[in-house]
Amino acid sequence: MLHNIQKRMPQVQATRRTFLKLSAGAMGGLLIGAAFPHRSVAQSAGAGDVLITPFVHVTPDNRVLVLSKHLDKGQGTATGLATLVADEMDAAAEQVDADFAPSNPELYANLAFGIQGTGGSTAMPNSWDQYRQAGATARAMLIGAAASEWGVSTDEISISKGVVLGAGNSATFGELATLASAQEPPAEVTLKTPEQWTFIGKSFPRVELPKKTQGSVGLFGIDKQTEDSLIAVTTRPPRFGATLASFDAAEALDMDGVQAVFEIPQGVAVVANNTWVAMQARDMLTLEWAEGSGEMRGTDALLEEFRALLDQPGNPTPSQGNAAAKLAEAEQVIEAEYVFPYLAHAPMEPLDMTVLYDGQAAEFWGGSQLQTVDHGTAASVLGLEMGQIAITTKWGGGSFGRRATGDSHLVAEAAMIGKAWLEAGNEARPIKLVYSREDDIKGGYYRPLTLHRVRAGLDADGNISGWEHRIVSQSIVSGTAFEQYLVKDGVDDTTVEGIHPSPYAIPDMALDVHHPQVGVPVLWWRSVGHTHTAYVMETMMDELATAAGRDPVEFRLAYLDGDPRTAGVLKLATDKAGATGADGTYRGIAVHKSFNSYVAEVADVRMRDDGTVKVEKVTCAVDCGVAINPDNIEAQVQGGLGYGLSAVLREEITMTDGEVDQFNYPDYTPLRISDMPEVEVHIVASTEAPTGIGEPGTPPIGPAVANAVFAATGQRIRELPMSKHGLA
Amino acid sequence: MISFILNGDRKEVDANPDMPLLWLLRDELQMTGTKFGCGVASCGACTVHIDGVATRSCQTFVGDLDGAEVTTIEGVETPAAKAIQEAWVELQVPQCGYCQSGQIMSASALLTETPNPTDDDIDAAMDGNLCRCASYARIRSAIHRASEIMEA
Repeated sequence: MLHNIQKRMPQVQATRRTFLKLSAGAMGGLLIGAAFPHRSVAQSAGAGDVLITPFVHVTPDNRVLVLSKHLDKGQGTATGLATLVADEMDAAAEQVDADFAPSNPELYANLAFGIQGTGGSTAMPNSWDQYRQAGATARAMLIGAAASEWGVSTDEISISKGVVLGAGNSATFGELATLASAQEPPAEVTLKTPEQWTFIGKSFPRVELPKKTQGSVGLFGIDKQTEDSLIAVTTRPPRFGATLASFDAAEALDMDGVQAVFEIPQGVAVVANNTWVAMQARDMLTLEWAEGSGEMRGTDALLEEFRALLDQPGNPTPSQGNAAAKLAEAEQVIEAEYVFPYLAHAPMEPLDMTVLYDGQAAEFWGGSQLQTVDHGTAASVLGLEMGQIAITTKWGGGSFGRRATGDSHLVAEAAMIGKAWLEAGNEARPIKLVYSREDDIKGGYYRPLTLHRVRAGLDADGNISGWEHRIVSQSIVSGTAFEQYLVKDGVDDTTVEGIHPSPYAIPDMALDVHHPQVGVPVLWWRSVGHTHTAYVMETMMDELATAAGRDPVEFRLAYLDGDPRTAGVLKLATDKAGATGADGTYRGIAVHKSFNSYVAEVADVRMRDDGTVKVEKVTCAVDCGVAINPDNIEAQVQGGLGYGLSAVLREEITMTDGEVDQFNYPDYTPLRISDMPEVEVHIVASTEAPTGIGEPGTPPIGPAVANAVFAATGQRIRELPMSKHGLA
Repeated sequence: MISFILNGDRKEVDANPDMPLLWLLRDELQMTGTKFGCGVASCGACTVHIDGVATRSCQTFVGDLDGAEVTTIEGVETPAAKAIQEAWVELQVPQCGYCQSGQIMSASALLTETPNPTDDDIDAAMDGNLCRCASYARIRSAIHRASEIMEA
């Protein structure tokens, strides 16, 4: 997600202006004139830590603490960044740890966005030089400190496994840290060559994993609590955008443990001593919603309207050749219509945000994914300067895009609650806003409901002869700060990515798009537009190959001359998968480029007696440039395809007259272990700069499985999820 | 007053008997290792052991705890749990990690009961524990690995 911003935003250095433009949009036109906070960057680390660079602290007990500017919500970024620093510093593996940097876009901007934030599988690519340079800088300063301490030349000093050595002396990083921090940082550093790497490419163990096997104490936002902290929950409208007419809180206020009930713009907030009481009290509220307010259309009505749009020309993307003419002279034409449902992210940690606001300053704790937008929103809601607000990023219990909201609705809601609490005359206390799972599943910010229609032709030789393509989907970024970067000529880049552009050189192709207005909030969902574009492209390529009587791999390769890396993973995956799968299995393949990474997946599936599909094995090939952490790449591809498979098999959000039909995991049903295939991941050895891996494993799995289902049943699945067709 | 054993220590608590154990642990006793995921016993994030059996604490009520022996991720020390935790790190199982307290409690109860489980045993015991990161392939491998560790 957000990846396309880098195409149009300054690549190298964040500028103040960039941020101001972004935050102005995010907050509906409010401009932040104040300077950014120059909080002590040491503030986020423990007392006594010595700051060597903004990214590297050394603790008194000789640990190297790497400050991650990115949220780690499971994708392994914190360890990845720590690996880059540790390698350049020649630290010992066991002394390396990571924590999150405070919100400060001047120091910690994502260089692909210009603001502090995580998404679009950009964490490693944008940090690749920066964090290696930080490690090399810290190393040079430690050596400088040792040289002055020992009265020798820096040439005589070396570092091995975290020990600084020279002229018969030795010292730990911890012993030299204070002196090192006083050194002038070198103007230039020389980075290691690949042959010199000690940790990069070697699967550095994740720094937080021991804690994550022992209860993750203190890691997640939802676990942020103290004896005096309170819990808040807020009512949610029955339909998106519905307005509250009146409410009665008498019964709720009578409950033991309820501290306050008040109306905020987002709904009615209940503040209580514990979560259970707060949720029960919320159920006791009597709420009257303004009749007819909010989005009244259900899924059926939306589908009817979207289908009608498929018959009308939309906003065009730049076309190639003459698709209509080529289709007119085609030997055969395949026409197909696809339906992709709304999808919830449903991260395992429900959304939460803790606020402590005393009228003069505020602090927030939570899995903040767009810290700068959250920071600006908090300032705007509370009427504070940026410097009066601190945001402490906690480990995210999953996100898949859900914590990266352009409107910072979670922080805005928490800030409103903190403000209302104080204005009611209460003493400032930490208040943790918590979503129930129902709040999450029913709460919107979904992957948009999306329809595609394709008309693709084949000539007498079995080559593509014209391709017309239309998409109907809400824009994800429309009305947010990201619109100015991601919408061009009425086309949201996040809707068409994966088709425009496509790695396939299809000579005559036309794509246009409708972005209907619907009152359902939508958001990027792991791999964003690629969730549907890869499905359509890769099932269509399969269908065309079949119609042409050609081998599906050979057919694809014929259009991949200009894209050797896409062709490379396709060949590697099919080679590694062997000629056939296990007895009784059927095979489907798909390949897709997303976020500048290339993934091919070969799915071998078995049809159960009851007609459902079991994906037995998926053989993957991945090219994401330098493999910083092969073990984590494997994990992300396993997990990424599991996340995609989950959606393809059973996930959908539907609405009846505007009300969401699903409520919780019993009826919004993610993948369970019994449905997880065996996954084999092959990584292409590469010296290209690293690209992302959090998302690229997700897009190919749907079409790979759909193509295997076709091989097994002769049925083309064009409406998801597969459970609609008795396949799951 | 409800009296039960929590991680080996006797606890006397004065709490609403209708309150789920999950919230007693998290909000009253400040033991946050047990996670809230769904509240309807559908995701397994809140799994604890009650008298050795993997149980969803979000649907276990304080009033039913009298005399029970409750073990949470903070206090689980069975040989199976130790082997599971070791295998979890060795095979780098967790991603976001939020579900893993529950996964570890379910997996350690499985291994205590069935020290050498088949894949079908694993499916049966672990299907109630959701992992949105889909770390399932490694969970399966790590349960087999823990079984080896226990045998060694």
